[in-house]
Amino acid sequence: MKILVCVTSVPDTTTKITFTDNNTKLNKAGVQYITGPYDDYALARAVELKEQSGASVTVLTVGEVDAEPVIRKCLAIGADDAIRVNADPADAYFVAEQIAAIAKENNYDLILMGRESIDYNGGQVHGIVAEMLGIPSISPVMKLDISGNTAKMTREIEGGKEDLEANLPLVLGCQEPIAEWKIPNMRGIMTARTKPLKVVQPTGQETLTKVASYELPAPRGAVKMIPADQAETLIQLLRTEAKVI
Amino acid sequence: MSVLVFVELDEGKIKKSSQEAIFYGAKVAEMMGTSATAVVVGGADQGELATAGNFGATKVLHAADSKLNEPNGMAYASVVAAAAQQEGAKVVVLAKSSLADAMAARLAGKLKAGLAANVIDLPELSSGFRVKRSIYTGKAFAFTDLTADTKILAIKKNTIEVAETGGSASVEAFSPALNDGDFGLKVTNTEKATGDVLLPEADLVVSAGRGLKGPENWGIVEDLARALGAATACSKPVSDLDWRPHHEHVGQTGIKVSPNLYIAAGISGAIQHLAGVNSSKVLVVINKDPEAPFFKSADYGIVGDVFEVLPRLTKAVQAL
Repeated sequence: MKILVCVTSVPDTTTKITFTDNNTKLNKAGVQYITGPYDDYALARAVELKEQSGASVTVLTVGEVDAEPVIRKCLAIGADDAIRVNADPADAYFVAEQIAAIAKENNYDLILMGRESIDYNGGQVHGIVAEMLGIPSISPVMKLDISGNTAKMTREIEGGKEDLEANLPLVLGCQEPIAEWKIPNMRGIMTARTKPLKVVQPTGQETLTKVASYELPAPRGAVKMIPADQAETLIQLLRTEAKVI
Repeated sequence: MSVLVFVELDEGKIKKSSQEAIFYGAKVAEMMGTSATAVVVGGADQGELATAGNFGATKVLHAADSKLNEPNGMAYASVVAAAAQQEGAKVVVLAKSSLADAMAARLAGKLKAGLAANVIDLPELSSGFRVKRSIYTGKAFAFTDLTADTKILAIKKNTIEVAETGGSASVEAFSPALNDGDFGLKVTNTEKATGDVLLPEADLVVSAGRGLKGPENWGIVEDLARALGAATACSKPVSDLDWRPHHEHVGQTGIKVSPNLYIAAGISGAIQHLAGVNSSKVLVVINKDPEAPFFKSADYGIVGDVFEVLPRLTKAVQAL
């Protein structure tokens, strides 16, 4: 089985987001980059499938050279090889086109990625890739088992979950608890240095969206504290002042 | 040229989030000098469909093929794409949901459309087509130009305040050719909480964290939620510990909510949790630790024991 895992390099979840250049660029000063947390789940499940039943795991990112530490970490966790499409992942359609182009050349059985990247939260790339390849996409997948040519999955829906079956190939957007995050061990880190990382140029330049500028949310006003022994006052305030109940 | 709005039904009624999408679509149509057409896929009562007019749609296309009775993101996306072609629609609006999320991306692929997710305001049309969308899990906004000919907007809850128009829409049967390839997924089992308020749709949310000390103590959270007609939610540690199901987990890696009221009990307010809730209109924090960081982001705060405060709040709501 051939598995492609697509990952993003994103600011750590604890990052305080700010912008520079008149609110047109993310302020990268002091920002720690990590593998997208959802992508990490996808990778962990791919590596588990490889350990259980033998599969090749290729990791792919669309990103500039500063995304390479994230790729090396994926190799250290257990991916066999890596591809970096050397481009700014600015638009979901553009990113999907890069992934679809590589998938068409390599005939993967499974294409896994996070349900969404935690920077733009679009949650679109898996669906667009699947549409370009003419195969099903399922997201967010919380459980995945493969037997033969069939995938059995559990997907989260509003207020619950559903079990699904489909034939490979598939594109899946993953989330917890599909697998436990894996932490690279020393041997993994050492071997990752020599695993192949291929850098390719993007296919086409077409984007369908473009960010003009950014904005931070307006700060909330000062918190109004209510003594615990007058907790009932809160309900009155929510009704008469905030007018939400 | 019309603006197309995908409309979802829940238990036979147009979902609240879809009412908002119709109203939003009608506003966009007005700005563009055209009208809004709703698309409904699957079995539905014709009278209920006509009520789409009350939110601003002039026409409803109803694809009622029995093969479409079960929600199917791929097949539904094909139907909406066919509707967009028939109507010559250059703008498609959906309210975010698990079904709409599955559809929006496939639609973008089919129509080669620029897609903006988590849109939180009406577009700005003075220089092209610019939308404001929430990014970094609610920590920031991006003003994004949709440069493709066709645009898809997935709007977040509470993006626009709905004003009912009193109108009624004409309902037309819509029967595009269905594509066998769209029916390759087999749903073998569905588990869904019934009777409860669904978290992503809820106007009011009562959420609790590790401060509740154990799943056996959730009764006081559920009591307040029931009294308010609110949905229940939880923090990531609570879901990780299996005290509550994952579909209640709110935060950066869980569900992002934007209700009118979010009450957080026994949640300290890690930045990742805050990210999932900070677009709520009013935030209430109840915590015994006065230093809990969540208080800094709250509108109202109570420093106190959740085991005493929550039951008092429930009683106060019941007395209203």
